[in-house]
Parts: sequence; structure tokens; C-alpha cells
Amino acid sequence: MAWTRDEMAARAARELKDGFYVNLGIGIPTLVANYIPQGMKVVLQSENGMLGMGPFPLEGEEDPDLINAGKQTITQLPISSYFSSSDSFGMIRGGHIDLSILGGMEVSENGDLANWMVPGKMVKGMGGAMDLVAGVKRVVVVMEHNSKDGAAKFKSRCELPLTGANVVDMVISDLAVFARPDRKSPFKLLELAPGVTADELKSRTSASYQV
Amino acid sequence: MTGSASKVYANAREALAGVVRDDLTIMSGGFGLCGIPENLILALRDCGARGLTVISNNAGVDEFGLGLLLKTRQIRKMISSYVGENKEFERQYLSGELQLEFNPQGTLAERIRAGGAGIFGFYTRTGAGTLVAEGKEQRVVNGETFVLETGLTSDLSLVKAWKGDTEGNLVYRKTARNFNPMMATAGRVTIAEVEELVEAGELDPDQIHTPGIFVQRIFKGTDYVKPIEQRTVRKKK
Repeated sequence: MAWTRDEMAARAARELKDGFYVNLGIGIPTLVANYIPQGMKVVLQSENGMLGMGPFPLEGEEDPDLINAGKQTITQLPISSYFSSSDSFGMIRGGHIDLSILGGMEVSENGDLANWMVPGKMVKGMGGAMDLVAGVKRVVVVMEHNSKDGAAKFKSRCELPLTGANVVDMVISDLAVFARPDRKSPFKLLELAPGVTADELKSRTSASYQV
Repeated sequence: MTGSASKVYANAREALAGVVRDDLTIMSGGFGLCGIPENLILALRDCGARGLTVISNNAGVDEFGLGLLLKTRQIRKMISSYVGENKEFERQYLSGELQLEFNPQGTLAERIRAGGAGIFGFYTRTGAGTLVAEGKEQRVVNGETFVLETGLTSDLSLVKAWKGDTEGNLVYRKTARNFNPMMATAGRVTIAEVEELVEAGELDPDQIHTPGIFVQRIFKGTDYVKPIEQRTVRKKK
């Protein structure tokens, strides 16, 4: 049984540590906020210019001047601060954010990430993804293990244009978790989703990894 | 304050008078539809200037923000980081009517900051090894590759603040700040629209985000719509 989106988010939340400043991408990464362990202090950064992102507002309390990077209405907390986009990316590029959790289209065995464009299709833009992977200390990618047509997304080389070269530290898919201790090391299989065999995983992955 | 040195204008149309012409490079503040100069975009549409290069993180939506200037074909080129919310944009881009330069969001913010601060360029890790680095000077330092990105300035910067005073000092509100402060510094002429315009001395000098030296013209905006792109709420427990 593959992990659900929520189970993948819960697994990614186990990478959080007390006191971390964290940036969450759009999609499954956003769900990670629902799984921050009780009693753990994690400060969420939103790259449009906020530290200490709070939950969605109660109905009727939405403020159009207060949105996250996904353009969703949010709230502030007692710890919150606001700043400009250049200060925001100063935090990101300057290595002040501890962890970035983001989605992926492809990850290669040497840690390259592609998640912003498919040639021939309308390109919406990279937003802040290239800055995040280039600057944040640790990068975790959460993605389905295979694309809709069954192709492996964790592969020997990315075929899509890159978001960053050698930037990924951990891959959490619906089938397995892979990680590496540093960016010179190969990825190692850490966990398998319940009922997924090592052979099945291998047949659905084109990247090489240590077992 | 009145007189010839006054920065205060009656409205967006008057603030734009004499500084807009075809083929200008214009910076427009905001993130999505949050913190955009709503009054100035409408007035820019109505003045009819064409062939514009617009530097803005996003391109509005079909019926609001910069989408209005796309509809009237006033924009020749956009420099942005993300343009996903606009069908007319997509159509013009795919048909070749509109030029587009994607910048990583942080690189865009820093290019504008650098432009306003008189810095020619900077080397950044962002985009190294990607399409963004193609054709740009690169340097390898201690085994890491850095890409040269150049500063950006504009003929005209259009920014939106919450409060401003007659000296052009500005205070932004919450995440509506975003790109506005850097764009204010990078315009040869910067026009600010504010929700509340007060006399000099009424804002706390310690709390000013953009000092008035960066703002040449200011006016009190009206009829703010402030559309919400993604209305997300939680249930009362």
C-alpha cells in the first residue's frame, strides 16, 4: 500500500526539529504544517515576505493584505514579522532557513531537481523555487514515485530543465524514503511504504541508490 | 504642503501626466494581486501608452491588475518570476505577441534592489546549472558556481503603500509590502499610491519603510478592490 498524500506530509514533518525556520512549497508540502508535533516550535516562512505564518483565517476574517506564497489567505501569530521580497530572499539565499520542503517533477540520483518547466507546455515560471534550492540548508522533495504514465520520477538523470543542480538531500515518495548525509554521497533507501517490496521499488525507480 | 515642490497629486491620472510615453520600462509592485498599484494600473491603461516593458513578479489575472494592460496590448515584454494565473498572457505569449523573461523570484528582487542601490550586478548561486545561467558570466569559487545577475532600474516605478505622507515617506501593511520597497528605489521616477495620505510629521519616522527621497509623486488612491485569489478559511472550533 502506497502512502497517501497526508501520510507523505506526516513523514516529511518528521524532518522538522524544534526551533527550525522552514519554507513549505505548494501542494503536499503545504500539508506538512498540519503535522508539526505538539510542543515543537517551528516558524514557517512565506517567501512573499512573512515569518511566522499562522493558520487560515476564520470565515469573514480574511485580509487581502495577508496572503502566503500560494496566494491563500492566512493569519499572523504573536511571533510574526513582515518584510520585503529582497529581505525574504536574503533569508533564503543567505542560508538562514533550516529546511525547504517542496514538490518535484524529477529528481536525479546525484540530487538534481526539476520542478518548474516542461518543454512544449506553457511555462508558468520558477517563482522562488530556484532561490530556495540554492540557498536553504536542507532540501526535502515530496513527490509521487511515478508519473501518471508510470515513468520513474527518481531517475539516473533529469530530462526536464533543472531547478537546481545537486540540491536535494531527501526524497519522500508514496513508495519510499531516500536520503543522503551530504551532497557528495549517493542516496540510500531508508524506508519502504507498507506492502511495497524492495524489488517492486527497484522496478519503479531508474535512479541507482544504496539499500 | 503646497507649491511647486509638492509631491502630492490629486489622483492617478494627474500623477502619470508628463511622465508616461510609449516604450517605457515600468516596474509595478505587488505579489499576485496583493499590494498592487490598482489606481495607477487603471490610469496607465486609460492613457494608452504602448510598447511597455513591465517588470513585475506576476502578471495579474485576466480581469484585474496587469491583466488589464495585456488585454489592451500595451505590454511588449514582461520580466517576472511566475505568470500562472492569466489566460490572455498565455495566449499572447504562445502566439509570439508578448516577450517574456523569467527571473527566479529572489534574483528578481535582488536585481531591483541592486539597481536602486547603484550596484551593477552580483554573483549568486541561484540558477547555476540551469537555463537561467545560460549566456551569463559565471565564476567558480571554492568549487561552487555563481552566476552574474545585473541590477535593474526603471523609467517609472509604480508602487502601492498603506500610508504615506506629503514628503513621500511610505509605510506598507502586512504582506502587501513584497516588491514595492525595492521598486520604489529603482525608478527614475517613482509614483506611490496610498490608502491614507497624511501631513509630514504624522508618521513615526522610526517606522517608515520607504524614505521619501525615493518617491517623486504621491496621491491618495480610491476604490480599492483588493481581490483575493485563493480564499482559504478554517472552521470555528
